Parts: sequence; structure tokens; C-alpha cells
Amino acid sequence: MNKSLSILTNIHDWLFSIMPEGVASIVEMVLIGVAYLGFFAIAGLFLVLLERRVAAWFQLRIGPNRVGYLGLLQTMADALKLVSKELTGTIKADKFLYNLAPYFVIVSSLMALAVFPFTKEIQAFDINIGVFFLIAISSIGVIGILIGGWASNNKFALIGAMRSGVQTISYELSIGLSLLTMILITGSLQLSEIVEVQKSGWLIVQGHVPAIIAFMIYMIAGTAETNRAPFDMVEAESELGAGFHTEYSGMKFAYFFLAEFINMFIIAAIATTIFFGAWLSPFGITESIPWLGVFWFMGKALILVFLMMWFRWTFPRLRVDQLLTLEWKYLLPINLVNILIMALIVWLNLTIKF
Amino acid sequence: MQPTIANTNFKTEPYQINMGPQHPATHGVLNLLLTIDGEIIKKVEPDLGYIHRSIEKMCERDSYQQIVHLTDRMDYLSSNINNEAVCLAVENALQLEIPERVKVIRTIIGELTRISSHCLWWGVMGMDVGALTTYFYGFRDREMLNDIFEETCGARLTMNYNVPGGLMLDIHPNFVKRVKKFVAHFKTKIPEYDRLLTDNVIFQKRTKGVGILSKEDAISFGVTGPVGRASGYSCDVRKYHPYSALDKVTFKECLKTEGDTFARYQVRIMELWESLSIVEQLIDNIPEGEHRVATNAVIKLPKGEYYQKVETARGELGVYIISTGTKNPYRLKFRSPGFSNLSALNHMAVGGKIGDLVATMATLDLVIPDIDR
Repeated sequence: MNKSLSILTNIHDWLFSIMPEGVASIVEMVLIGVAYLGFFAIAGLFLVLLERRVAAWFQLRIGPNRVGYLGLLQTMADALKLVSKELTGTIKADKFLYNLAPYFVIVSSLMALAVFPFTKEIQAFDINIGVFFLIAISSIGVIGILIGGWASNNKFALIGAMRSGVQTISYELSIGLSLLTMILITGSLQLSEIVEVQKSGWLIVQGHVPAIIAFMIYMIAGTAETNRAPFDMVEAESELGAGFHTEYSGMKFAYFFLAEFINMFIIAAIATTIFFGAWLSPFGITESIPWLGVFWFMGKALILVFLMMWFRWTFPRLRVDQLLTLEWKYLLPINLVNILIMALIVWLNLTIKF
Repeated sequence: MQPTIANTNFKTEPYQINMGPQHPATHGVLNLLLTIDGEIIKKVEPDLGYIHRSIEKMCERDSYQQIVHLTDRMDYLSSNINNEAVCLAVENALQLEIPERVKVIRTIIGELTRISSHCLWWGVMGMDVGALTTYFYGFRDREMLNDIFEETCGARLTMNYNVPGGLMLDIHPNFVKRVKKFVAHFKTKIPEYDRLLTDNVIFQKRTKGVGILSKEDAISFGVTGPVGRASGYSCDVRKYHPYSALDKVTFKECLKTEGDTFARYQVRIMELWESLSIVEQLIDNIPEGEHRVATNAVIKLPKGEYYQKVETARGELGVYIISTGTKNPYRLKFRSPGFSNLSALNHMAVGGKIGDLVATMATLDLVIPDIDR
């Protein structure tokens, strides 16, 4: 066991030694919760900054470079500004639902973070139906968007919310089915076990052709799930102004905004876990240093996040009917056939294993 | 227990929504009153007048030199061509002989203005269909032109370079060199535009077969410019009524017959190439001579009615002057291309989705001050 990881174990042992078992586990849960909240905030701020820098890079600009060293504190300043802003709202809004909506969105993102195996030891919640849990939790977010759009009492927001409902319900099918394709190889929904299986080759290698198809479908559907371009029908700046969060300001808007970026990270993290071996290093080059797993996990996830940003800053937006055509007429049938192929491959033992 | 009967007798009902005056897609203060059924557009009613400055009435108060300055503020993206229209009308009425040098420079600057306007349109077109990056690429090339204009006449947008009788100043010594540099630069950039946006599958899906305007409808709505030419209506004023030095250059009129959003897009991209070729033909042989002929300090047009039309980046701009022989026009009417083009919007957008309306509006290339005047 490495030193840095043993610190975690030491804290655990120390907590249980100074107080009764029940109290200690509650204190531990709170500590872990706070740690995840901290990660959530920092990751959100970092991803917003990354997006702005990437966008600037695509658009012949420099991007934020004034606040702090190389503009690293820019998003911090933005967050402070948003906190200090007045919370406005429409007069005839449904106040209760209007205020509730941002929490739905942000809590669902936060809950999904709990199950990711950042490295072998750092995983808050190793539930045996991990993949199912992820899919279930990430679909709660859309309820927040629907509620927000409905309760704002604004027609643009309502159109945005309805589009979001249509889009998320459709593309969740593809996400679920493409992950299911990979589950055929692992035979388990538990994320730690899925990683174990990948010690003999990442699933995208093990499952070769159908796995690559599943990965592509997953990335398309995942981009749609986070409501980002080219599937940003929900916000559709040039059509709906700001879509479902037109009437939100200050911190409530920031919740929606932060949740979008965290969702992007979650989609990338799921792909990392299922397709690219989570914290496993390529060819096991750093197997002797377990804490480097965090580096590998984050690195892979960030590459996929960059891919999604690349989509956003180069593609035009689809129209709402084309969006549904893509899902129901192309992705879904391909996905179903793909599952059959994968089932055959697993049955005939044609997977590639090292 | 009685079986419950599901109520399947749902009725959908169209509702109204105000798109604008502050809306990203209306590019200014245009208010569109949309009647929508779900996402499908039933009716589009443009509500004008948010930026009406009574330019035509102000013209009745001003001298002919002053009128030129007002025209900048109509279609500010082709300001130089607007200036030229008024100057040509006044010069024709006075029957002034304009030096060749002035004619050539006017044409070059006019075509450069057209390119700069189309650059901005291209960027905004991409933005309207959701590709935000195009905006910056369009502006990169427009910036070079703006620098050239700034060096030539001191202004980047509202140029006031033309005066009745010629040009306010002679061209800057660097002008020819910089324009040549721009032409060489821009020739490598139009293919980049194609790679980034034109060839994109999503973009083609969004624009092909959307907002169709037939040739007959184009003529009956009085649609001109690239919008009319995309419907197969040959209406290039530069071709049929050449003014300044346009009769000395060879260029082809960009025509398409599809009449959809993608055809309008393609016509504008083709026009970029044509304008470049016009500039190339003229830039090497700008004749020597005066940049201005003397006119009276107070210009009085002979009694009568005068009409001059030019091709701006958006279509046919007409200037109609009624003079009673005094120093002010009795009545001055601008026939602006944007107003006629906007009138076809309802016809094109009905039956499409909201996204289609935005794409259609983007290719109409509306400039709201041009519509309201």
C-alpha cells in the first residue's frame, strides 16, 4: 500500500478509535460528502475555464487571461459575481417549483459522482448495480429542467423544457443500450468488478468492432444527454434566447450552468469506466504506484471532455425533428443489432483478451 | 368497477410568442410576432418601427451633401454603396462628368464593402444555425477590410467617402498594396469557410429544402439581391444597369434555381469570389487623375424627378429624388432591399419549425435600420 493512500486508511482507523462506531461512520460519511462537494465545485470551475480556453483556441482568440495567473481565477471571480447577484424571477411563476428546479439538476449530478472508481481505493459508493444507478440518477436531472421551464411562466422556457424532455427520454435509450452492450462482456453492473474485468484489456479492445460502435453511439447520445451542441436544442441560443433557464439569475442560474459541466464530466467518466478501463494504466505501466490511478482516470475523462468541447465548437445545431430522426431511425436500430452481435461474440468467445 | 375511459379528445391550440425586439436571432430590434402550434410556425408578423429615425423626412431638410451622411445609417454594412447611390443620383441630375479614377475607386471600395458585408453575414449565419465559431472567422477577414477602409477614409463602418462630384479624399498610398494582400489572403480563406460550414452534413440538413421561395413569388414580393438570385430571378443591377466602372469589368451573375436556404447561402459564397475577381481586375489599373470635380457649394438640382439604383450587399437600393429646384429635395424616397426581402419571410417560414425560421431569416441577411430607415 502506498503512503498517500494509507493516509485515508489512517484517518478511517483514527476516527473509529476515538468515537463509538455509529458516530464514527456518520462523521466519516459527512467528511466524504464534503470532500465530494469540494471536488464538485473545483471540477465545475475548472471545466468552465477549460471550455472557455478551448473555445478561444478554436476561435482565434486568447480567452480569459487576466484574473490570477494565466486567468486561472477567472471562473472563481465569475462564481463570486453570480453569488452576489440579485435573484430575480417572474411574478406569476410557480414559486415553489421555480426554486426547487435547480436543486434537482445539481443534486442528480452530485449523486452520480459517488460511484466512480477514481482509483482502486477512492470510490465512495461501490453499489452492485452501479451502471443501473448511474443511468437512473442521471435521468433525474431532466425533471429539474422540465420543472424549471414549466414554472418560469415563460413560453421560451417552456419550449426549451419540452424539447429537453423529448430529447433526454429518447437518448437515454441509446445510452442504456450502448452500456448494456458492454455489460454483456463483464457480466456485472458493479463498477469495481467492471474494472477488474478490464485488467485483461480495456473493454473497447476486448469487444473490438461492436464495442467501438457502442462507444460512438454512447458519445453521440451522451452529448445529447448533456444538452450540448450539436444537440443544444434546450438552450438553442439563436432560437429560444436562453431556453429553460431564461428566467433564472444569480446562483440558481449558476447551478444549472455548473450541472451542465459536471454532467459532461460524468458522461466522460462513465465512458472512461466502461470503455477505457477507469484507473487502469495502459499496459499496466504504472501498476506499482496505485495512486497514479487518479491521474489515469482524470486524464482519460478529460480527453473525452475535450472531444465533447470539440463537437460543440465546430458543429452547427440539429433541428428538433432531425434530432429525433437520428435517435429513433438510426441510433436505436443500430444499437439493437449491435447488442446481438456482441452477444454472439461473447457466446462464441471471440473477445480479445491479453 | 366502471372502466375509465381515457380522454383522447385533446385539442392543440396555436399560441403567440414575441420573437424580439431583443432576441439573438433577429439581429437588431426587429419584433416578430409568431403564431406557433407546438414547434410549427403558422404565421409570422414582423412588427417594425423600433429603430425608425425618419431618415427620408430628414433628407427633405438637408442639403445634398448632408444627405450622403444619412445613408450610412440605413444599411450600415454596405454604407459605401449607399453613399454611392445618392452621389450618382445627384451627379446624374447635374450631368457632371466624373473622372475615371473616381469611378474605379468607387467600384473597388463598393466590392470590398460587399465582401465585408458577406463576411459578417457568413459568421452570423453560422451562429444562427448553432456553429458559434464561424463568427470569429468571418470577423478575422472583415477586420482586414475595416483596416483598409480606416486608412483610406478614417472610418471603419460609416464611411462617408463619397461626395457628390467624387471622393472626399484621394486613396492612401498603401491602398493598392493592402488590397492586393487582402485578395491573396481571402482567396485561401473562402475554401476554409467551405470546409468549416458549407460541407458540414448537419448544416446542409438544416438548410436544404428549408424556406423555399419560388421565382414567381420572389418577383411578386419584390425580392432582390442574393435572395432573389437564389430563386432564379436574374436581378443584378450591376449587370443590367452598370454604374461607375462596372461596365469595364467582366463578372458573372450568381444564379441558383432551388430557392431554398442553402441556395441563398451558396449564392453569397459565389458572390465573394465574383467580388474578389472584380477587385482584382481593377486594382492594377486605377487611372491617374483628379479624385473630385468641383461642384457648387450649394447644390441645387434642376426641377424634376431622378431615380438611381445600385446593388448593395442585400439587393437593389433605389434613390428617388423629386426636386423643385431648391437646395433641398422636395421628397426623397429610398427603396431599401431589406424591406422587400422581409416581406417574403412569412411566405417562406410558414409550415417550418422555429429552427427553420431562424435559418431562413439568417439567409435573408436582414439589417434592421435598413428596413425601418
